[in-house]
Amino acid sequence: MPATTTPDQVEPVLTEALIGFGTPAEAINPDVTFEALDIDSLDLVELAQIVDERFGVELKTNDLKDIHTLGDLVATVVSRA
Amino acid sequence: MKREVVVTGIGAITPLGIGATTLHERWAAGDCAISDGLAECEGFDPGDFLTAKEARRADRFTQLALAASDEAIATAGWAGEPPYPPEAVGCIFGTGIGGIATIEANHDKLAHDQPVAPLAVPLMMGNAGAAAIAMRHRAKGPVYSVLSACAAGAQAIGAAARAIESGEASAVITGGSEAAITPLARAAFAALDALSPRGISQPFDARRDGFVMGEGAGALVLEDGEHARDRGAGILARVRGYGASCDAYHLTAPDQDGRGQAAAIGNALRDAEVMPGEIDYVNAHGTSTPLNDRAETLAIKRAFGEAAMRVPVSSTKSAIGHLLGAAGAVEAIATILAARARVAPPTLGLEEPDPELDLDYVPREARTLAPAGGRHVIALSNSFGFGGHNAVLCLEAQ
Repeated sequence: MPATTTPDQVEPVLTEALIGFGTPAEAINPDVTFEALDIDSLDLVELAQIVDERFGVELKTNDLKDIHTLGDLVATVVSRA
Repeated sequence: MKREVVVTGIGAITPLGIGATTLHERWAAGDCAISDGLAECEGFDPGDFLTAKEARRADRFTQLALAASDEAIATAGWAGEPPYPPEAVGCIFGTGIGGIATIEANHDKLAHDQPVAPLAVPLMMGNAGAAAIAMRHRAKGPVYSVLSACAAGAQAIGAAARAIESGEASAVITGGSEAAITPLARAAFAALDALSPRGISQPFDARRDGFVMGEGAGALVLEDGEHARDRGAGILARVRGYGASCDAYHLTAPDQDGRGQAAAIGNALRDAEVMPGEIDYVNAHGTSTPLNDRAETLAIKRAFGEAAMRVPVSSTKSAIGHLLGAAGAVEAIATILAARARVAPPTLGLEEPDPELDLDYVPREARTLAPAGGRHVIALSNSFGFGGHNAVLCLEAQ
């Protein structure tokens, strides 16, 4: 794990995960809501697992409830890494 | 008085191909889908039916169930707007094992200190197929799974018919699915000596030595007959009767004198108010195991009396192997299409008759059915499962 984690490191990892979930790549940007991307609570739990594996940041269900966009998630990961 | 139950939609994904008609036509023509001792749905591509996201959210047994249910919904003429309020539509779907590929894959992760997937539980659970179909087709009435091993598909249809008869639902999407051709399931069935060491399914033949594992799904749309006729639906068949019983005898072996199975056949005939002599065709459970085929033969004799020697009996498993929890549903569909075509499809591979088994098993070639007076064909579909579960459907072509 690098000493500091930057948005440039986090965003591509999460974008790749969303594409893997079946989200069209062209629809993904930091500001679009997960709801608009049809990303639901099960997807968020999977994202949280990836975040834990890749960046050592543990996100619980309670942490996820205020995360509504990819940008929110990237910012949370960067702030806690 | 109980309500009439009719079949308005059918769909099947089987080792013989995509679609219920494919199953019927290829089996009746004598095609066998077994290769290297397995009967896989090689032509099934989930991407033809599901988005990438939907496919990822479903174990293969659920993918097969969804694909079969799409066909059933389409043939029922429900595509677009279902003809009933969501609360009046149920989904009762059978499986023998559920998402065993998901269990195995995640157990493998655990064994290698990798995190288990959050989707593991929603994919592996036995009710995943029923839940996924309900979400896809907005069924908000009674929705659940039936898990009674190789009787599950038939018991699901029986439960669906009961739900309509009682007025609990106006329509039910029902059937069964299975995708258990996995390393653990294969090894486990082999350890029980249930599988054919030669990899050949030849029900009722003297050389039969076990079943061949298959996979697939069958789905049916059942509706209240009055509602279906009111909406001008095409009616494929009537569910005339359903009978169930349990041997309560052994975890895997059938009661060898066929009493439990005969009780289920008798219950189905009484429920249908049909005499044994009026049954034109029996779609046997016919697994190709030494024990089943003998017990089933005795059961048919016990339940039918003298009429047993006159009724054609054949096994779909001779063409597609044993689809476990999907078998009863797929075979009910095969029975309906055979009855509508007025044909008894053949028991393939039956070349050396077993001297103890002396019914008319329709060996090798399909045969025309000609009920007296030109009436509709009435047929039984037998399904029996480990645990001693016996389920029999009485179906009348329309």
